[in-house]
Formats: sequence, C-alpha cells, structure tokens
Amino acid sequence: MATMVNLQINNIAVSVPEGTNVLDAAATANVRIPKLCYHPDLPAWAACGICVVKIEGSNKLARSCALPVAEGMKVITHDPELQEVRRTVIELILSTHPNSCLTCPRNGTCELQTLAADFGIRDQPYEQIIRDIPADTSTPSIVLNPEKCVACGRCVAVCQGVQDVWALEFIGRGDETRMAPAGDILLGDSPCIKCGQCSAHCPVGAIFEKDDTRVLYDAVLDERKHTVVQIAPAVRVALGEAFGMEPGSIVTGKIYAALRRLGFDTIFDTNFGADLTIMEEGTEFVRRFVEGKGALPLITTCCPSWVDYMEKYYPDMIPHFSTAKSPQMMLAAMTKTYYAKQIKTDPSDIFMASVMPCTSKKYEIVRDENMYSSGCQDIDASITTRELARMIKQAGIDFETLPDETVDEALGIYTGAGTIFGATGGVMEAALRTAYYLVTGVDLPGVEFEAIRGLEGIKRATIDIEGAEVRVAVAHNMLNTKIILEEVKSALAAGKEPRTTS
Amino acid sequence: MTPDDVISALKTSKLRGRGGAGFPTWMKWNFTKEATGTAKYVVCNADEGDPGAYMDRSVLEGDPHSVLESMAICGRTIGAAQGYIYIRAEYPLAISRLERAIAQAGDMGLLGKDILGSGFDFEIELRLGAGAFVCGEETALLASIEGERGMPRPRPPFPSVKGLWGRPTVINNVETWANVPVIITRGAEWFANIGTEDSTGTKVFALTGRIENSGLVEVPMGTSLRDIVFNIGGGIPNGKAFKAVQTGGPSGGVITADHLDTPIDYTPLQELGSIMGSGGMIVMDETDCIVDIAKFYLEFTVEESCGKCAPCRIGGRKLYNILTGTTKGTGTQEDIEKMRTIGSAMQKASLCGLGQTAPNPILSPLRYFRPEYDAHINDKLCPAGVCKDLIRFEILTDKCIGCGVCARKCPVGCISGERREPHEIDQSQCIKCGECFEVCKFDAVLRA
Ligand SMILES: Cc1cc2nc3c(=O)[nH]c(=O)nc-3n(C[C@H](O)[C@H](O)[C@H](O)COP(=O)(O)O)c2cc1C
Ligand code: SF4
Ligand code: SF4
Ligand code: SF4
Repeated sequence: MATMVNLQINNIAVSVPEGTNVLDAAATANVRIPKLCYHPDLPAWAACGICVVKIEGSNKLARSCALPVAEGMKVITHDPELQEVRRTVIELILSTHPNSCLTCPRNGTCELQTLAADFGIRDQPYEQIIRDIPADTSTPSIVLNPEKCVACGRCVAVCQGVQDVWALEFIGRGDETRMAPAGDILLGDSPCIKCGQCSAHCPVGAIFEKDDTRVLYDAVLDERKHTVVQIAPAVRVALGEAFGMEPGSIVTGKIYAALRRLGFDTIFDTNFGADLTIMEEGTEFVRRFVEGKGALPLITTCCPSWVDYMEKYYPDMIPHFSTAKSPQMMLAAMTKTYYAKQIKTDPSDIFMASVMPCTSKKYEIVRDENMYSSGCQDIDASITTRELARMIKQAGIDFETLPDETVDEALGIYTGAGTIFGATGGVMEAALRTAYYLVTGVDLPGVEFEAIRGLEGIKRATIDIEGAEVRVAVAHNMLNTKIILEEVKSALAAGKEPRTTS
Repeated sequence: MTPDDVISALKTSKLRGRGGAGFPTWMKWNFTKEATGTAKYVVCNADEGDPGAYMDRSVLEGDPHSVLESMAICGRTIGAAQGYIYIRAEYPLAISRLERAIAQAGDMGLLGKDILGSGFDFEIELRLGAGAFVCGEETALLASIEGERGMPRPRPPFPSVKGLWGRPTVINNVETWANVPVIITRGAEWFANIGTEDSTGTKVFALTGRIENSGLVEVPMGTSLRDIVFNIGGGIPNGKAFKAVQTGGPSGGVITADHLDTPIDYTPLQELGSIMGSGGMIVMDETDCIVDIAKFYLEFTVEESCGKCAPCRIGGRKLYNILTGTTKGTGTQEDIEKMRTIGSAMQKASLCGLGQTAPNPILSPLRYFRPEYDAHINDKLCPAGVCKDLIRFEILTDKCIGCGVCARKCPVGCISGERREPHEIDQSQCIKCGECFEVCKFDAVLRA
C-alpha cells in the first residue's frame, strides 16, 4: 500500500497516496482546479499556467498539475489573485484563438470554450493575433489545424510517449510554436500511423477526426446506389454513451433501426467479418505451424495503425505478419463480390460504409491496392461512432426511444466461427482456438493467460497442441507491442526460433 | 578536507550563485550530497545569453582551470564522477581554451582516473549550446544536454534532487565555480570579509552603454552604483546627463539617479524593482528613450521565449506590440493598465525565469518614468527624441539664412530652397535621421 500524505486544500484536510499531484489531491476535497494543458493520461507538461495555486511558505505560484503533494502542505486553490491571473492567461490564449466556435468540430466539447464560459469571459481585451497557417489534411484520418492550437503539448506527448511514433514535434519557438511532424513535412508524409490518439487528446479543435458524413448522406440519396453499412461490435456500447445513456448500455437494436431510418438498404454486422478473419488466420497458422510454410511467429492485429507502425518501424518482420484482412475489409470484400453477385448488382453500384470505433479505419480503406479487391474501393467511407451520433441527431431521430430492429443476415449465410469457437479475448485467441480445432478436432480448453508483473498490457500463455508447445503473447498499445517485437527480434537474431504467435 | 569540510567552508564563505538568482551555493551542494542515488552530476552553466554580457567568457578564456578545479572539488564533495560544461557555440576561443585545459588537467592527473592518487575519478565533457537564451535556464539546459528540446521543466523537483537524466545534479554559473578554489585556498573567513553581511565576495559586471570606460569591472558586493558609474566607469561621455542604469539585462529594471547610492546587492536591487541578474549593467543618458529601451528588451525576450507556456509566449508578444504602438504614437492610457495586468500574470504564471522576469523592463520604469510614457501617449512626443514616429524636423523660416548645408547633407535629398532663401523639408520623404538638426549652425532646424 502506498504511503499516505496529509495536506490541506483550502483548510480542508485530505489524505492522498504519495506521488499524487496537488490538482488531483484537490479533487478529493471536492475542489476543481481549472486547467488546460494537463490530461490525466499524460505526464504533466506544466505549460498553460492556469492550474496555478498558492503554497504556504512560498512566494511563487506553483502549477498544481506538476506539484507532488508533501506532508503538511497547505494549499490555496482559489482567491481573487489566483482568479485574476487565470483569467488573464485565458484571455491571452483567447486572443490567439479564432472566434469560430459555431463552426468548429469541437463546439460543445472544447475545453477552452468551457474555460471561457466558466470564467464568464465576455470580451477580448487584447489585440487578436491569429496565425494564418494552412490546415494539414494530408491523411485520410485526421486534420491538423495549427490556427487553433493552444500549444498544450498533449498531442506530442501522446504521439511520442504513449504511441512511440514520434510523428509530431514542437516546431518553431515563442509565439510561432506549433505542432507538426519533424522537418515540418505533411503528416501524410510523416511516420504518422493515423491512430487518432492526438485528436482524442487535443483539448480544442486543432487536431480532429476527418468528417466523412457528407459522403454517406450523398450515397443514401443516390437512387442508383445500393447502400450497405457495417457496424463494428465496439460501436454498440460506445454509441449509447454518446447519447448520455449509461456506459455499457447495449443499443444494438436501436442502432440498426437508426441506420435504416438514415436510409441504408442493408445492414451487416462486422462480427461476420471477424469470423472470416479468425478462420483465415487459424488456417494460416496451421499452414505455417504444421506444414512449415511461412515465417513464425505469426503476428496478427486488426488495427491498421498497428500494421502501419510495424511496417514503418519493423519492416524486416513483415513476413511474420498474418496475411488475413481485418474484419471490416473481409466483410467489405465479400459484400462487393459474393453478395453483389447474389443480389445481381454491379459492385460499382454498391456503396459500402463502415461505422468503426476509430479514425485509423478511415486510413485502412485506402491503404493499398488490396483494399480494392472488388475492382472498386471495397469500403467507400468509414465513419466513427461520434460521426454516427451526429448523423442520428441531424436526422432528428430520437435515439433513446427508438424500437429495436434486427440486422440483415450476413450474405444469407448463418455465421459460424465466432459462435463455434466462442470468440472471446479478441481475434488472436479465437484464431488460436480455430487452429487448435483444425489440428486436433476438439475444442481448446480455457487458455490460462498469465499477467506479467510490472507490465500492464502484456499477457502470455503456453498451450499444448498435440505435444508441441505454442507460446502466445497479447500486447495492448504501441509500447507493449514494441517490447514483444524486440523480444522476438532478439530471439530470432540469436538463432532461436521461438515457436510463438503473438 | 572531507566533503563535509568543503560544505562547511562554503557555508562560512556565504557564497551565493552568480547566475542570477543568488541561491546559497553550499545549500545546493549539500542537497545533492545528501540526495540518494548512484550516479550524480556536476554541471557548469556557461550559456551566458544576456545581451552585452561577457563575464563568463572572460573567466573561461582567461582562467579555465579555475572552473575545472572547482567542478572536481564539487564532484568529490557530492560523490559525482562526471561533469559537463554547457557552453554556447558562439564562444570558440573559450571552447578551445577549455579543451586545452581539460587535456592539460588530464595529463597532469588532475582530471580522469584516480586524481592525485586519491582514488577519486572525475571526467569533464563539453556540451555546445546553439545559443538559445532559454537554454541558460537550468532545467532547459539539462534537457538540452539530454538531447531534448531546450524547454524548461517545472520545479520542484529541483536539479539538486532530480537533475540530469533524473539524477541529483549540481548546476552552477561559471563565475560561481571560479570563486570556489579561492575560498578553499584563501579560507572562507577571508572571502566572507569581502562584500556585505548578506552577500560576500566580489561580482563582475559588464558595464556598457553611455559610459566613458566600458568593460568588465569586478567590485566587492555592496559597492554603490555611483562608484561604479562615476568613479570606475568615468561617468557619462559628452557632458550628457545620467538617466538610469539597467541592471539584470532583459530580466531586470532601471535604477535612477535618486538611487545611485544603492549598494549593489541582491535584496536592495530587488526592492527597487530590478535584479542583480548575471551582471549586465547598461548606462543610459538623457538621449535614451525609456520606452524604446523597454521595447528593445521585450523584442529580445519575445524572440527568445521557448513558447512552452501561455503567459510568456502570448503575453510577451502583447507587451511588445503595445510598446511598439506607444513608440509610434498610437498608445493609450488603457494600454498602461493592460501592460500591468499582462505583466503581473506573466510574473506569476510563467513557468521559468524568462517569462517571470520579462515584464520587468516595463514595470520597473513605469514606477520611475511614468511622465515619459505619458508624453508618448498623451502628447505623442518622445522627450529623448528617439522614437522616430514621434519626432518631426522643421526649418524655422525666421532663422534660416539659406546656406544650404542641410540640403547637401540630407541623405534622401528632401530639403529644398533657393540660395539665401529659407529652406523647407518635404515631410513625406523625411526619414528623421536628424542630420539637418546636427549640421545647422544657426539653430534653424527645430526638433519637435
Ligand atoms: C531565461 C534564463 C536564462 C538564464 N541564463 C543563464 C546563463 O546564461 N548562465 C547562468 O549561469 N545562469 C543562467 N540562468 C540561471 C540558471 O537557471 C541557474 O539559476 C544558474 O545556472 C544557477 O547557478 P548559480 O547558483 O551558480 O547562480 C538563467 C535563468 C533563466 C531563467
Ligand atoms: S495520429 Fe497517432 S501517429 Fe499520427 S500524429 Fe496523431 S498520435 Fe501521432
Ligand atoms: S494540436 Fe491540440 S493537443 Fe496538440 S498542442 Fe495543439 S492544442 Fe494541444
Ligand atoms: S516562461 Fe517563456 S521561456 Fe520560460 S518556459 Fe514559459 S514560454 Fe518558455
């Protein structure tokens, strides 16, 4: 158990674990210290100067985000002087920020807007200086608009420190500071893997997801198009939250109803694509493992950003990647080939949309020629959960009260692998079960994953397939992937062939 | 001497850091000595970025061994085996002398393995800075040595606990380092007897501006400004009147004639709204405009702001633009209030000393030279005749004899007139160089 530290926040005694920062400690006393650059996921960068507080015994204000608590510390978080300083800093930031809230993608969810509202800022005392720098629209997934950047540094911290991609950097100095790829090239030409983590952390509308809803509206209005939409399993849970419902509410039936009302002719569930991916990967593993055709360990992921990361940073490991498409692309390929034949429609007259949890799927649909297996683009547009929520609102659909509807049966075939092999624990585990079944003819008993101490986000297991030991590892997030890849790489270099799939 | 003896000698000597903040050196060393950790580092801050300052350069060029010796003493005291000197690349001579000195010390067994047979190892390496002023700030300097972008980090933790690569680190200014061997050889009491009760020893200043003898001066702490300007510096040239001294460079403020007897020391200068800083001292006379000087410093800090924190990044620019407006005649009284509000927010909420002190060159003169600001704002006049947009040259018809000297001297040829007839200036072409004003023997050119 962590040592507890006692301190006073505005004369309220609190006790928090050692290492807590003053900002979080204040929260335990029901005191909210305003902030802009600090994000709980990321190390305190201490830039904006809004979360300043007074510490008894010091004549300087301290940034509460970066100040660890100390025994006996006495903190004042709010007084007229502090409010005046914060207000001035916010006014200064606003003086470099365009007044375009109404047309901003972050309207209503912008942290700067909230601060301005909370501080009751009604005019701009200082000369307005807006930098005229063109937006970077070079990736299919995200837009970087430096004009709105408040230089909080979150995007750089997440891109470098969490994702380990280093696509974004601080460029320039002083009031010319902005975030861009090193060398000031376009994001599309940079190592960016389109993961969208920067946009997810940006407090304002300076990095945001590309909006593709317009393309969907145009398609459903086009009489000649047969419109198909697939939705990913993760969307079912997340969409409810976007409508203020209890986190975890499953709103699958309502989503199907909403998509039909939006004008889609056919609705598929991406789970069917997942079944295909699982079957394919399981078979591929058996081919490599039993028949010795292809490199081991076999590496698989459904996230296009991970694929991009591995291609950029581990090109020598490409033979180890699974050749199977991701579920969304599997389903799309089937839709525009097999299903197109069934409904006797030319693939070019089918419009396929996907609703996915993340922006990198926008990139995947155009990543290379394999995404055009039907002769035209297999998925015409991919939107995120947030974009779907906006479309539902724009269409005036009262989501919460919508009656449930059902999905269209995928390609007229009843779905298999997912249910047969009990696809829990992600595609990798399901593929492993498939492989086990293909080799042994019986179901794989429960896989015992062992957590690795000190390394959250990596788990390993060893299973026995007819006397052969197969080691598996599952990694969450980029840094953990890197740890595993490095391990595999050095094992390979050392001449050991790890019979591992990860 | 044991490590504790060294600390105690430094304590008795009362040596304070010469890099600007004046923190007691023994305390820094002691924090680092007491800090737990296997690796510790010793760093010399030779980034010297104040415009016009070159005290540290002269020490490094003249006596590099004093710094090396001092760093080795520190290494042995706190338990560090590695030292770095962070020096700006614009000091090639100092760099080459340091390199030579490090090689010499290595050859003589004063650096390297098993120094003087004591079993103590200490190496020193140079790290070249690209010349950004903010890299002189200790946390930015350490980030820069680590290969990161030179941006300040929040303190605490202080470098003495968590410095270079997260290890306990002593970082001192060149001049601070140069004082240590003297304290050790000549005794802490001897050193403590120089200067004042609070501030001991001597301090080097770079005396420049409107001064007869400009250059480096080393004086005991507590010497009066009057002594430095009028005795050592020889006073103001060309019979002009003294106006003020800017101490502390872009982080400091002005000391006026009324306060010339102030002893040069950390606290008294702070009380007057200035700082000691690293030792820049710029003398101004009646021909210097206080607004223009502030603008010069703000231009510097705006250029040098690293851009990390909002108050400095944005506030500095605003202050600079308001000053520019003031010198162009578009300033308002409201602007003064705005400068005070912005300045105060910058002082309180900027992350590092650069932003915290950047408003000083405005806020300090506002205390003493408010009428000069008012003249710019209310009367659209620059009393010192420096702000070009606020001055006008006119030829007085009743005094002009039509000699034509001014017309011949005007670099843009905008003065015309018949011989022996009063001449005239084409205001639309005039570049306000003041040449006509200087050359007219009949006082017929008016500067307003
Ligand atoms: C913007 C800025 C620039 C600085 N530049 C220098 C410098 O060039 N040299 C220096 O010794 N200290 C400089 N300092 C002070 C250092 O941060 C630090 O206080 C000093 O190196 C400590 O040494 P001392 O205790 O020997 O004075 C600067 C501080 C700030 C805020
Ligand atoms: S999308 Fe991901 S990789 Fe690209 S810049 Fe943003 S955080 Fe970095
Ligand atoms: S783009 Fe957004 S996240 Fe990145 S620094 Fe600017 S405001 Fe912060
Ligand atoms: S005060 Fe200025 S120089 Fe210092 S961290 Fe902030 S922006 Fe950078």
